[in-house]
Amino acid sequence: MKVGLEFELNGVRVAAMVAPHKRLIDVLRDDLHHPGTKEGCGEGECGACTVLVDGRAVNSCLFPALEIEGRAVTTIEGLARPGARLSPVQRAFAARGGVQCGFCASGMVMSAVELLGDNPRPTDAEIRHALAGNLCRCTGYVQIVESVRLAADAVDEEQES
Amino acid sequence: MRPRRYIGEDHARPDSPDKVAGKAVYIHDMVRPGMLYGKIKFSEHAHARIVSIDTSKAERLPGVKCVITGANTPQVRVGFLRDNLALKRDRVRQFRDEVAAVAAIDPDIAAEAVDLIEVEYEPLPAVFDPVEALAPGAPLVHEIDPRGRPCNTNRLPLDYGHCTGDIDEARRRSAFVVEGDFSTPVVQQACMGTAGCIAEFDMSGNLTMWAKTQIPFLAQRDFNRALMEMGLPGNNSRVIVPALGGGFGTGLDTHCYEYIAILLAHASGHAVKVVYDREEEFAYLSPRQSARTHIVQGCDRDGRLTFRDVRVLQDNGAYASWGATYPTVMLVPITSLYTVPVVRFQAEIVYTNNTYCQAMRGYGNPEVTWAIESNLDDLAEAAGIDPFELRRLNCNRPDTTTPMGLKISTCGLDQCLDATGEKLGWAQRRAADRRTNGDKPRKRRGVGMASLIHVGGSGKIYKSDASGIILKLDDYANVNVYYGGVEMGQGLHSSLSLAVADALGVTPAQVHINETDTGTCPWDVGTHASRGAFMACNAAILASDKLRARIFQWCKQLYPEATDFDLVDSVITLGAANGPSKQLELAKLLRAIHFRDDGDMLTETVFYDPPNELPNWKTGIGNMSATYTFGTQGVEVEVDEETGDIEILRMVSAIDVGRVLNRQTLEGQVYGGIAQGIGYALYEEVKMHKGRILNPGFTDYKIPTAAEMAFPIDLVFVETDDAHGPFGAKGVGEPGLVPTAPAVANAVYDAVGVRITDLPITPEKVLAALAQRD
Repeated sequence: MKVGLEFELNGVRVAAMVAPHKRLIDVLRDDLHHPGTKEGCGEGECGACTVLVDGRAVNSCLFPALEIEGRAVTTIEGLARPGARLSPVQRAFAARGGVQCGFCASGMVMSAVELLGDNPRPTDAEIRHALAGNLCRCTGYVQIVESVRLAADAVDEEQES
Repeated sequence: MRPRRYIGEDHARPDSPDKVAGKAVYIHDMVRPGMLYGKIKFSEHAHARIVSIDTSKAERLPGVKCVITGANTPQVRVGFLRDNLALKRDRVRQFRDEVAAVAAIDPDIAAEAVDLIEVEYEPLPAVFDPVEALAPGAPLVHEIDPRGRPCNTNRLPLDYGHCTGDIDEARRRSAFVVEGDFSTPVVQQACMGTAGCIAEFDMSGNLTMWAKTQIPFLAQRDFNRALMEMGLPGNNSRVIVPALGGGFGTGLDTHCYEYIAILLAHASGHAVKVVYDREEEFAYLSPRQSARTHIVQGCDRDGRLTFRDVRVLQDNGAYASWGATYPTVMLVPITSLYTVPVVRFQAEIVYTNNTYCQAMRGYGNPEVTWAIESNLDDLAEAAGIDPFELRRLNCNRPDTTTPMGLKISTCGLDQCLDATGEKLGWAQRRAADRRTNGDKPRKRRGVGMASLIHVGGSGKIYKSDASGIILKLDDYANVNVYYGGVEMGQGLHSSLSLAVADALGVTPAQVHINETDTGTCPWDVGTHASRGAFMACNAAILASDKLRARIFQWCKQLYPEATDFDLVDSVITLGAANGPSKQLELAKLLRAIHFRDDGDMLTETVFYDPPNELPNWKTGIGNMSATYTFGTQGVEVEVDEETGDIEILRMVSAIDVGRVLNRQTLEGQVYGGIAQGIGYALYEEVKMHKGRILNPGFTDYKIPTAAEMAFPIDLVFVETDDAHGPFGAKGVGEPGLVPTAPAVANAVYDAVGVRITDLPITPEKVLAALAQRD
């Protein structure tokens, strides 16, 4: 028994027929073929599946699919602009070593996007607090924090110019 | 020497744009046409006889394509000792033993079908402690060996040891002797990308495996043997490695789940994907094994080390992976960390009915460095010598040979110690009152340090330690690189692309590294032992030299007036004896060579075998690496005497890296290693009760988050420019985590005077030790 669902995905109206027990991450990855969002634990502990729902970061592995009806979802695929132009946060992570194996990167970047939306000039402590729900086993987080700081500077410059 | 335009600077990784865009393709993201989803039924007992397996209900579930057990599939043996079966036949020996598997059209149906499989067991006596497993009359984990001969012990048939000099004599002649027992827990590698694979047969019976592996070519060998066992002799397996999602040693063996995917693919005629979820990863994928170490060290009146005597007991679990061979790497620090003339090492590796263990970053080195470096502080105290001074006095030196026969070519350990001491403010901190924190009188501060030695020029533990590379130039001066090692996140492709760019004379953007694929890449033993960049870059330099020679040969033929040649950033400079030099684009030359009568295209291959030896494991002698990496870490902690909480205030990590290849990825490797070292020191432990894993998830198994890693870390890179290293560089993949735990423990001792001997150093253990102290 499947249920029809309509919502906005990265600025585009989409529709899917999903089983009621499905999670948002299943709809994104399996039904709508957006594999950029990763499942690291399936229980909201690692943050790899972080997406924005109406601008707020959520763990898509805990988010019931049916709750997404009528809302707006931004995934990692929705950040880059056409012509392979990375967003400022993505650019900063790529430039500053904020990514190693890359499995946590999608969620980490989405959490950083939310943070910088709320707080364009975060302190290191604020960055670490905002990313504490996103586990990374490779980097030790130093270059991730540096990436977010770099992104904050870049967003600043972009707004000034 | 060629000018270095790229090596040594700070460069972004070539794989990072795709990864930050969510475009990198991991095994979790791959779908093959007609693909089925495999799911495994695991044992519900630590040790039991399988009485019967009823799969009929599972088979009747709509959407299930096939259900397999040991009874309806060929017997496929797993592991280098061949002591494991892909699907167990008559007996299970651990909770995670694979007893049946399902392939279905979607993962939910596969999971439902697995729950419908009914297995009847007859429980057998089990043993969970390695000491008890060695006692007479202990239940035997394996009653017969893989060759059908009866076993009378739980001891694995692996002999590792070392003996240089007379321990008893050295002990008698020592002015100070200290002795201790130290233990390390089972911990999970906790790759963010869980384990998984896709197996697919073509209609000729050849297999393609998309595998999360660090050893594509040894995996090919293993899988080909499985094909033979399955009645497909002469058929081939091709191993392709997608984006890995972290390795940390989990990819050094082939795993039962991979053979089960192969059996399911063969039985169903479809591609089959098996991917673990996080709980399965914790409960059913082999973790790092625990070690119990007994150590005795002595020194003379002046503090010179006189001997080191080490006995290690490893709880191997129910089957042998390559992880059983940790003592091959333990030998390195035991015989060769600091100058110690007399050494004895004995290792016992024991089967139990616990989960079987495998490799993890450091591979035995962190386990024994924990004992050596903790005990060394005790020795310093007994001898009344400052721990820093004791280490400085016994420092390894260049151009020496250690008791194991390790030829120490370059060694910057003295500089690492000095830099750590200086940046930590060692002398001032040691002299200071530990209760410096006036407003928080129950808190005390302390400093500690520990050093490391690790293989830095690959590590020969297999009959070939080589790596092949192919560099193929196309009409546009792109360099297509075919290399059999694995980019698992560590940054191999970053250093490799810079090395090719500098060695050949092109820009990094022109270097394109192809997917690791046994069908296209030359053989490589695997990405382990911190060997990735060392091997790949050395091979790349040799292949680049051959390409340059051929490029310049063509220049001579096409431009006879030119007398000397250079190639930088894909521009060739033709120098003439009389007259001005001329510049020529490499791409233009390549097309001129290609599109002519008797044209040619330039491709070079090199099979680089490093100058190292396969040690004799029984005697523990042999120069297993071409060079050795040294380092020191220092820590300042604050210990709360009321709660037992330990706060890391700051860390220093100094490493003799030979030469910096890419500063950014090097820093990333060391920072990441330190975070794993902090997890090992303070937080991580796979908890088991009678073989059952109690904390299979991040809720109860805590790895450090950005909040725990908030303390400042000072990195120092000492450059000793090793003659065997590519551009002088040594391997640095593992060292970051090796000395972290003892450095923390030594700082805790300095702060509050309690010696914690079993990891992790939890507040409970600190409080218990404080209660004993007071």
